[in-house]
Amino acid sequence: MLKKHNSIEPDSWEFLRKHTAARIALGHAGVSLPTKELLAFRLAHAQARDAVYSELNKEKISTELSEIGFDYLFVKSSSVSRDEYLKNPNSGKKLDQEFLQKLKQFPSSYDLCFIIGDGLSAVAVNEHSVAVINLLSLKLKKQNWSIAPIIVSEQTRVALTDEIGNLLNANIVVMLIGERPGLSSPDSMGAYITYHPKPGLTDERRNCVSNIRPDGLSYSFAAEKLFYLLTEMNAKKISGVQLKDRQEGLFLG
Amino acid sequence: MYKHTVGSRTYSFQSLKELLAKATPLRSGDQLAGLAAESYEERVVAQMKLAELPLKTFLEDHLIPYEKDEVTRLIVDNHDAKNFQYISHFTVGDFRNWLLSEEADSTLLSKIKFSITPEMAAAVSKIMSLQDLILVASKCKVITSFRTTIGLPGRFSTRLQPNHPTDDLKGIAASLLDGLMYGSGDAVIGVNPATDNVHATIKIVELIDSVRQKYSIPIQSCVLSHISTTIESIKLGAPVDLVFQSIGGSEALNKSFGINLSLLKEGHQAALQLNRGTTGKNLMYFETGQGSGLSANAHHGIDQQTLETRAYAVARVFDPLLVNTVVGFIGPEYLYNGKQIIRAGLEDHFCGKLLGLPMGCDVCYTNHAEADQDDMDNLLTLLAAAGCNFIMGVPGADDIMLNYQSTSFHDALYVRKLFGLKPAPEFEEWLLKIGIVDANMNLLGKTEGAQKLLNYVKKA
Repeated sequence: MLKKHNSIEPDSWEFLRKHTAARIALGHAGVSLPTKELLAFRLAHAQARDAVYSELNKEKISTELSEIGFDYLFVKSSSVSRDEYLKNPNSGKKLDQEFLQKLKQFPSSYDLCFIIGDGLSAVAVNEHSVAVINLLSLKLKKQNWSIAPIIVSEQTRVALTDEIGNLLNANIVVMLIGERPGLSSPDSMGAYITYHPKPGLTDERRNCVSNIRPDGLSYSFAAEKLFYLLTEMNAKKISGVQLKDRQEGLFLG
Repeated sequence: MYKHTVGSRTYSFQSLKELLAKATPLRSGDQLAGLAAESYEERVVAQMKLAELPLKTFLEDHLIPYEKDEVTRLIVDNHDAKNFQYISHFTVGDFRNWLLSEEADSTLLSKIKFSITPEMAAAVSKIMSLQDLILVASKCKVITSFRTTIGLPGRFSTRLQPNHPTDDLKGIAASLLDGLMYGSGDAVIGVNPATDNVHATIKIVELIDSVRQKYSIPIQSCVLSHISTTIESIKLGAPVDLVFQSIGGSEALNKSFGINLSLLKEGHQAALQLNRGTTGKNLMYFETGQGSGLSANAHHGIDQQTLETRAYAVARVFDPLLVNTVVGFIGPEYLYNGKQIIRAGLEDHFCGKLLGLPMGCDVCYTNHAEADQDDMDNLLTLLAAAGCNFIMGVPGADDIMLNYQSTSFHDALYVRKLFGLKPAPEFEEWLLKIGIVDANMNLLGKTEGAQKLLNYVKKA
């Protein structure tokens, strides 16, 4: 009969974990991963996969937006399925015809338009988008910014900003979108800001605030950072690489 | 114009690049570019037509004109016409048969490497099965050296990749130590910096160099910054071992990376002059990957796998220590699922080896690809069978800076155990001396020597 019940060899350098979130000092069974670590990894990947295929929770988002006093409109990109969205990113960069016509009829001319897009993780925006819009819009309203009804968009890539922003004649668009999920961050949200959006812009014309989630960049820091960028953008009339982030120390708090 | 008839139906292919694209096993990137075959039948018909094509065709019909592209000029000007006599009478189909024959042994394959152009390698790979790609690659021996010797028979190396999202030196050191304790790092200790600047690059290079010197570890280091950043670091006196750069198969693609051949030459020369290698002088580290051409809109209507092989023509004139195809990093719009990633990894490894390169592979995927760890286990095992020189070693296979999954230190040990492979001899000797492993490569981990290494980190 075997004497050992536990075949795992732990690592004596677990104390190093405080320096990094990397999966170090996992120990080993033979030369392989211990069962616990194998399954922990598999769970993290499963959560990331679920996030990629998650869908916008329209009921939750619409209720929350109403509660903070915003109108909203649901739209779709030309992607007919998640499969097409993944294989052909361009399909997520333009509006479906029906919604294109709808937006053409929409009242236009705003200082700012928010778009909530599912991107590669709808759970991220289901959880975080309205909270950030709330904090940020409170700051903006004090400065008398006019804000369009919130556009909530399915099968969305960042560049859909340009068509929507152009149709609504928005001075600046902030798109809150689910980022490609990391193994330990299936709900990470990004905010992409574009000044004077119009079709054909490339990514160097946008500014990005990334990793918005409770375990990453908090809602209040994100709102503060976005407010700073929007104010700068509005004053200097540019966005993207030309707009340097000179706000120091914000992330250190 | 190329025509081929099957039954009552005649297929025509307007150009050599169309024929190559249509003959390529299915992948999403070629579909996205509008270059893929439109049916299963058309794909195989294209392969049949391609198999009939004389190898000489590729010397005359350039996929990007000679006058317009410095990579084409490099391929044409470096062609070894003398040794081409061994294969000049072959069609692509004959070439496959010959590669599989006993006559094509390691010595001869190495001798004729510069008589094979990237397009010839790509063409033959398209009609080969996975077992062909594995069998022929396993005959191609490419051995390189700086402070360790990589690619020797019976050896299997790893790049230790201790990335950290903010380049925190303690965070990098923690993952670095974890890797060393698992016997990883004999190909290179290579860090992808979170920010590409001279200051960060120098700090990380100095960190790795201090650990190397303090514990006399036979390793080489690399910070994977842009080559211009590395050149600047060398000018400022940084202890740079290897020079890194991402490269591609067309002049336009390389331009999108901010490089050209002359800049690569400058970086190569700058590092050679430091004369830091002890067992050899191979010091370039290149990364490639199918799909980068389309992604940068610089593919010239060439399918992604053929364009990838043209990057190898760039790599091989610089006698690199390591060439790494980062196969699944680019995402599902280029390689959709595990099946496509696995085939691409084996194609890249085969083509690179046939062209004379020390090929390794970042066996990897992103979370929006239709792939998982089982697919990576497949590719990893197949590459080891094919004689791949090295893979990545990432703590727990989870890169927390680049947000993708690669291979772990445990994965490398699995391969070594399964195939009876050992690390590079210089590194193996160090591992034994310090007591991290025993002679059978079992992990010891708690011996006195290894504890010394740990104590160093505790104090730092």
